[in-house]
Amino acid sequence: MKKSYQSLEDNSTNNMKQVIHCKLATKFLHLGFFILLTFSASLQAQDGDPVKGKTLYNSNCAACHKLDGPMTGPPLRNIEQRLADEQGLDREWLTAWIHNSMGMVNAGDPYAVKIYNEYNQLPMMPFPQLSDQDISDILAYTAEEKKAPAPVAGTETASGADGGDSGTSNQLILGALALLFGLLAMALVLVRRTLNRFAEAKGVIVEGDKKDNIWKAFVQNQFLVLVTVILLLLASAYFVYGYFMQIGVDEGYAPVQPIHYSHRIHAGDNGIDCKYCHSSARVSKTSGIPSLNVCMNCHKSISEVSEDTYAEGKTYGVDYNEEIQKLYAATGWNPDEQKYTGEPQPVKWIRIHNLPDFAYFNHAQHVTVGGIECQTCHGPVESMEIMSQFAPLTMGWCIECHRTTDVKIENNEYYTKIHEQLSKKYGVEKLTVAQMGGLECGKCHY
Amino acid sequence: MSSNKKYWKSVEELNTDSSIVEALKQREFVDEIPTDEFLGNKSNLETSSTTRRDFLKYVGFSTAAASLAACEGPVIKSIPYVVQPEEIIPGVSNFYATTIADGFDFASVLVKTREGRPIKIDNNDLAASQGGVNARVHASILGLYDNLRIKGPQKEGSDISWETFDSETNQKLTDVMNGGKEIVLLTQTFASPSTSKLISAFKEKYGNVRHVVYDAVSESCALDAFQAKYGERALANYDFSKASTIVSVGADFLGDWQGGGFESGYAKGRVPTDGKMSRHIQIEANMSLTGANADKRIPATPSQQKQALAKLYSYVTGQSVSTDLPAQLDEAIQKVASELKKAGSNGVLVTGINDVNAQTVALEINSALGSKAFDTKSPIKKRQGSDKDVMTLIADMNAGKVGAIIMNGVNPLYTLPNANEFAEGLKQTELSIAFSMKADETASESQYIAATPHYLESWGDVELKKGHFGLMQPTIRPLFDTRQFQQALLKWIGSDLTYFDFIKENWSTGILGGASFNQALHDGVYVSTALTSVLGAGPSSDVEGDAAAQALPESSGGGAARALASAGSAEGMELQLYTKTGMGDGKQANNPWLQEFPDPITRTSWDNYVTVSSADAKKLEIKNWHVADGGLNGSLVELSVNGQTITIPAIIQPGQAVGSVGLSFGYGRTKGLKEEMQTGKNAYQFYKDFNSAQTDVSIKLVSGVHEFACVQLHNTLMGRGDIIKETTLEIFNTKDKEFWNPLPKVSLNHIETPSTEVDLWDEFDRSIGHHFNLSIDLNACTGCGACVIACHAENNVPVVGKSEIRKSRDMHWLRIDRYYSSEDTFTGDIERKEAADGLLGDTGIKSTLHEMEIAADNPQVAFLPMMCQHCNHAPCETVCPVAATSHGRQGQNHMAYNRCVGTRYCANNCPYKVRRFNWFRYNKNDEFDYNMNDDLGRMVLNPDVVVRSRGVMEKCSLCIQKTQKTILDAKREGREIKDGEFQTACSAACGTGAMVFGDINDKESKVAKLKEDKRMYHVLEYIGTQPNVQYHTIVRNTTES
Repeated sequence: MKKSYQSLEDNSTNNMKQVIHCKLATKFLHLGFFILLTFSASLQAQDGDPVKGKTLYNSNCAACHKLDGPMTGPPLRNIEQRLADEQGLDREWLTAWIHNSMGMVNAGDPYAVKIYNEYNQLPMMPFPQLSDQDISDILAYTAEEKKAPAPVAGTETASGADGGDSGTSNQLILGALALLFGLLAMALVLVRRTLNRFAEAKGVIVEGDKKDNIWKAFVQNQFLVLVTVILLLLASAYFVYGYFMQIGVDEGYAPVQPIHYSHRIHAGDNGIDCKYCHSSARVSKTSGIPSLNVCMNCHKSISEVSEDTYAEGKTYGVDYNEEIQKLYAATGWNPDEQKYTGEPQPVKWIRIHNLPDFAYFNHAQHVTVGGIECQTCHGPVESMEIMSQFAPLTMGWCIECHRTTDVKIENNEYYTKIHEQLSKKYGVEKLTVAQMGGLECGKCHY
Repeated sequence: MSSNKKYWKSVEELNTDSSIVEALKQREFVDEIPTDEFLGNKSNLETSSTTRRDFLKYVGFSTAAASLAACEGPVIKSIPYVVQPEEIIPGVSNFYATTIADGFDFASVLVKTREGRPIKIDNNDLAASQGGVNARVHASILGLYDNLRIKGPQKEGSDISWETFDSETNQKLTDVMNGGKEIVLLTQTFASPSTSKLISAFKEKYGNVRHVVYDAVSESCALDAFQAKYGERALANYDFSKASTIVSVGADFLGDWQGGGFESGYAKGRVPTDGKMSRHIQIEANMSLTGANADKRIPATPSQQKQALAKLYSYVTGQSVSTDLPAQLDEAIQKVASELKKAGSNGVLVTGINDVNAQTVALEINSALGSKAFDTKSPIKKRQGSDKDVMTLIADMNAGKVGAIIMNGVNPLYTLPNANEFAEGLKQTELSIAFSMKADETASESQYIAATPHYLESWGDVELKKGHFGLMQPTIRPLFDTRQFQQALLKWIGSDLTYFDFIKENWSTGILGGASFNQALHDGVYVSTALTSVLGAGPSSDVEGDAAAQALPESSGGGAARALASAGSAEGMELQLYTKTGMGDGKQANNPWLQEFPDPITRTSWDNYVTVSSADAKKLEIKNWHVADGGLNGSLVELSVNGQTITIPAIIQPGQAVGSVGLSFGYGRTKGLKEEMQTGKNAYQFYKDFNSAQTDVSIKLVSGVHEFACVQLHNTLMGRGDIIKETTLEIFNTKDKEFWNPLPKVSLNHIETPSTEVDLWDEFDRSIGHHFNLSIDLNACTGCGACVIACHAENNVPVVGKSEIRKSRDMHWLRIDRYYSSEDTFTGDIERKEAADGLLGDTGIKSTLHEMEIAADNPQVAFLPMMCQHCNHAPCETVCPVAATSHGRQGQNHMAYNRCVGTRYCANNCPYKVRRFNWFRYNKNDEFDYNMNDDLGRMVLNPDVVVRSRGVMEKCSLCIQKTQKTILDAKREGREIKDGEFQTACSAACGTGAMVFGDINDKESKVAKLKEDKRMYHVLEYIGTQPNVQYHTIVRNTTES
């Protein structure tokens, strides 16, 4: 996935990589020093380093504060300026608050008490480890202007063109080809007509009936007719069979879901384990669609995606932030007041993997006992923006795997005796699922 | 050679001057083909603009469109929880221990829930000693999902809110209290310490309150007798495992006698161990489940039973009592008495006669014997009703003394013999409230119906036996806007507590004595170590205690016995009312599983009927016959008892005492149930004085034919000892196995060879992994049918309805065949058959077999639970053209429904006739309007078992979904499987331990040992099918000591 780098930090690392690539070690040192110098020079002017500040902010503050909009704590954009303007409070007050907010509340500082009460009397964690320099770095970061969405739009169009590129060019080439062939055909027809006219003019008799003779000969040759008919029948049977066999096989089924949920972001970019959300896959026959309270474990504090991610979403035509709002509506979460309204609207997901009633499948046996990766059957979910059915889920597909997969018998006392006896019988050390009886009808159909 | 063979075309040709034969010569059918009928309106047809060609076009087009549309898969939606409850994992079952106490059935049960909905009832193993989880209890889960339940409180038929209900009833109750009239609580037996306490509190608040306990099927006499002798209103407890001689005079103790639940103790003593087993003698009128299991059964009319009991008393105690019993019966009784006397403290006597004297005599005999099985220290609390109180109440209501009546768990307008009087009285009350799940006969006549939750949605506690408690907890959130009786009482007394809080407080302060409430709730049962009852002032003692004591005419045994005998034998016909194993007292009449459950004795479902002895039937010209479509038809009779008359079908019942007829309760309900379930006739109208035995009975044949839904038309075993093997205790103890349980021999190359060594098939290797076997001990099996219903619930077995049953299309995967002997004993049958000489003639096999089709007047009875035998060499598998049925290494015969094309070859080739064909789609089909036809009823379906569609064969799978689950769980936990973990629905439901399931490759398992038992045999072993279901030879204790 193409990423558009926007922050200075990213740019600098990018530069560095190129430099290393050039293997110009000394030059790199100089250049690096130079960059550092220029940066620090420019930053000192702002009384704090916003780059450092961002790192500090992300590791210390971001869990409870957003720059714009409330979360567990108040928004922090331009906090210093705002405090000074609105409350007349200075950096000293702010530093004291950051170092020990509860101390101030207990001491009865009026604005401290006000804030404390405003945010559900949740005390802010004290950060005595933050030095004055750290605090000014963070404040420098918070004092940065909110980035205008203009460049985002720019990247959107750019990458949009990127994404659509291959599709359009293919179509273009095909169209051009079609046009070319059309022109060619037309030219041929014209040439033929012209030639005919010439011939006519010269009095040459064109044997126009030749074509008909071939056709007649073909009709009269019964063997050829028979062969053709058989071939035609075989071909149509092949297609009809193919058509019937795909009925009910929904490989690639990717319905539009009520909430656009991106497995790519969650399982791919964020690396969340499948079984964190689909926890019942460990113990139950169903993997379970996660209940919405599981989503809210994280999304209680993630109400917006980062701008990069947002931009990525636009490439799929999705507004991720809106989708998060849909989740809030479903769970009945009011992000402004930071509490549940108690009026949930359960989500009606569309089931993608539909096994017929007469087939029994147990996730726990495959995931926990068999130790099979989810991706074996569900495909590269971590790269799927829209979840789709990867495997055909046909019986042949199940059986094929049962024939070739070895049973994971290590450290499982259940198998000890059976394995010993069976491996003696078959004379092999490893046993496939089929050899354990995994092909019997009644194992899956009851 | 010209042939002058005459070909028979129909039976009619036997009849020389039949008009039908003449008619058939002229045309193909006897009747004119009614062409006009199916052509319908001719003129309409002719004016129709649709030509034949157009019609065909439409058909073609719509077929093509339909098939194209079918290629598109449906969009399936899934809705996850918003907040998933901690204890629920989708796809994993949770189990909760609770207690059923609906006033008739009391038992500790374990409820299986899936995604928060209960789907199955099982035995609670922690309450093993209490028993009583019968077919009705297993089926009670369906009552939760009954579509006809009342969904909220109602006032005179229209819906109201609970707020309105509260304010109006509160006002009216206060008015009644101030008006000086009485408030009456008419309830079922609760046996609940907390409810008793609550009712006392209610009495305190409203002052003039009377609590009347009413059992539809009364045990009042037994309660009175016990109360008079032991000072407590309860029923004596019996542990039949401790008895070597059991004598029962009219007590169906394997059925519902005194609350039931005795089967496990009984079965323990019936399995021969160390050459010993109990001897059971039954003296009764109707053929009951208990009588069918007896070693010796003496038919006697109800009035003869009374005398017999008196006589027994006199023989046992030596006091003289004179009776006018027939000499033959007298002699038999004398023998019984001497056996009982000989057994001494190992003997026990029980009686089901509705007579205080009879019950007193029984108590006296047991205490005279010093019977070990007789337990008065932990008496049973399952019945507490008082007939007299009910009668007084009806009189008071009609006298206008009762201002308000609040009913719970009772349906007096259906169950009272004098329901009319009650209806009159009900009109005179100022306030009538019925707590009910249905708008039943009584509730629909009451002013208010307070919708109550099912017991699976309720809190509660029960004292089943003194000191033995059960807790009731909800297993699902209330489906409807309901409120339980106790909660309403709390509201009325002005308490804000929930009933749960009330119970918890009551238990913590009184019952538990420091033990953990959560533990008790988890276990569902709690046995108080101090056996003293904490009931305190029970509902009975303060109300009817004195009355009962006065009611006893004779307190001493001798006097009681003389009083009992003094009545003498009754003249003419007598009626013995009884409860059926399936329907009980009729509370669950809207339960299709129970309606379709074939009665263990008559094997007839969807009906009640008069049972008549064959001698009386002959006299009255009552007939039962089979018709061509496989159904059983019977005569209709007019039954008059005390001047009331009904027309009802009659069944000829082998073993019915001559001079008596039987009729079961529980049928003839008219309100609060579907039309299909309104079957049979109400027998409660004959229940005069709450006496199950009625004299002044007349019966006469009337014209008309009744169509029964009977699942077993062939009633006798015809001497086929290879189906049910049986022997006597004497032979069992003295002779070799070869003598009484020989392996059948077949001829191989003209040499007699054991059938197990001859084979058509190649042997598979089953020695590795699991190899399942189900063992059924026919000595312990009482035929109660709990397994049949458990199988129904576990495997989503459909209900097919009466007319389909008549066509032998019942879908029960597990049936319990009942066989009668045609001689006095089954051994006699075999001897008779072997004695047959030649083909024709009086002693020829033809006439012998013909006669053997008729059961003896007092036959021996044997039950044979029959399900797929999972043959290792299965005949069904070889004939399936599409390999839909195949064999697994674990011994199960698999059935892949989606592969089946419905040729039914397999069913034809099955020697055990256990395969069932889906003639129709039984779900979502208005033609079969049972539980699978509505969304609510389908909630009971087991999600692990597929619901079969039309046109496929199905059968017992040995609960493969359960065995697989056990294996998969063990794999996941990485451990070996212990014996006892493998269970099928039937083996888990079996309360007597007759069914044992397990892995015979585990040599230490119970079932592997049972396989080596010398009583073990396979049904029809000579066919060489090598079934995986073992049976254990019946041993009868015929030794008269």
